[in-house]
Amino acid sequence: MSENILLPLSLLLALAMVVAAVMAVRGRRSLPIAILAAGLVSLLTSVQFLLLAAPDVAMTEAAIGSGLTTFLFFFVLGRVRGGADD
Amino acid sequence: MAQIAMTTGFILILVGLYGALTNRNLLRMIVSFTIAHSGVNLVLVASGYLNGRTAPILDQAVPLAEAAERIIDPLPQALVLTAIVIGVGVTALMLAYAYRIYVTKGTLDIGKCRELKW
Amino acid sequence: MIRRAFVLLLLLALGAIFLDLLLGFVPATELNDTARYYAERSATDLGAANITTAIIVTYRGLDTLGEVTVLFLTAAIVGLVLALGRRSGDGPQRQLPPTGELLTTGKNLLVPLILLLGVYVFVNGHLTPGGGFQGGAILASAILLILLTDPLKRFSHGLIAAIESFSGLVFVGLGLLGVALAGGFLDNRLLPIGTVGELFSAGVIPIIYSFIGLKVGAEFSSMLVNLSETEDS
Repeated sequence: MSENILLPLSLLLALAMVVAAVMAVRGRRSLPIAILAAGLVSLLTSVQFLLLAAPDVAMTEAAIGSGLTTFLFFFVLGRVRGGADD
Repeated sequence: MAQIAMTTGFILILVGLYGALTNRNLLRMIVSFTIAHSGVNLVLVASGYLNGRTAPILDQAVPLAEAAERIIDPLPQALVLTAIVIGVGVTALMLAYAYRIYVTKGTLDIGKCRELKW
Repeated sequence: MIRRAFVLLLLLALGAIFLDLLLGFVPATELNDTARYYAERSATDLGAANITTAIIVTYRGLDTLGEVTVLFLTAAIVGLVLALGRRSGDGPQRQLPPTGELLTTGKNLLVPLILLLGVYVFVNGHLTPGGGFQGGAILASAILLILLTDPLKRFSHGLIAAIESFSGLVFVGLGLLGVALAGGFLDNRLLPIGTVGELFSAGVIPIIYSFIGLKVGAEFSSMLVNLSETEDS
């Protein structure tokens, strides 16, 4: 991939990550959407790692940060019905 | 490239900390912490990036003789790999404690846990 | 609200520090001395093609030992904290509707393939991107798939604990053997280094990384199983 494709791609990723992070953090939306948005931030971070020439870190982030963490959240979310709405 | 990633990382840290400090629901606070954690990792990896170089893996494309001129700094990558794995452990720990608080108190609102307030 | 204003002020100060760091950041054009040492020596000294793996398993192997210890502790504490609230005796088993045909067949097809992929990733950790931590997470995701198809399935905690402690003991044991037979703790030259780029090369790095993978996979599985076995209220 040449540099002139990488740069706009990186900018686009950065924009998407900030939007997803704000979606995850603002209290208005429901909790499952917040958790999924956090998983999306993690997944986009892993793509950004790939662009930064770190394939090992990208794999780790995709498998652990994005996959396992989201499911840990959902396991707990399923147990706390009623406490989730703030 | 590196500057874009680093700026994003710093913004993610600030957004995550804002969420952790202003939300009152424990699960939302933990979600915010994971976002700040992604931001820290992004900053660290970006600090090791060198423009126009490739990943630190030797193969036909990157022979040993030119390795020092072709690859990026491998050390931040190793550190961040460790940090990600520790991070999921810490998240699981926070979730387990949040679940315990829910079981004993029946709520996840941090404002209702008054035992530790002074 | 005075509280929110205080938070914003704090974040503003932190943002100013970050901005200062960002403006002062000059991207390097050359590797620094440490990185240059790793780049030039890891293939000749250790025989590992993936330099990140060489750093994680050998140059900074002690860090990794500490890391898996922290991970073990968190898994143990998660188990302890969740077990405190669990009532003894199984209680009435909740009746669940049977899982769909699609999910069951998909699980039967995919679980062996996912396990195989996990093993491939950590056995080839010294040649290609990947390694013990990624492979361990992939193994745990196979457990996750089984749990999703059958939420009431009970895994043997003893088996998970046995895999976990056996892998940890092998990791420390190989490190101590390095003190006795080679240059120091976690030295990988117990076995011949071989040719860079072949599967059987890099001394004990693939063996250590495989056991790290098993250990990490067992720890993540134990976290998932403990969380999914919490009492349904």
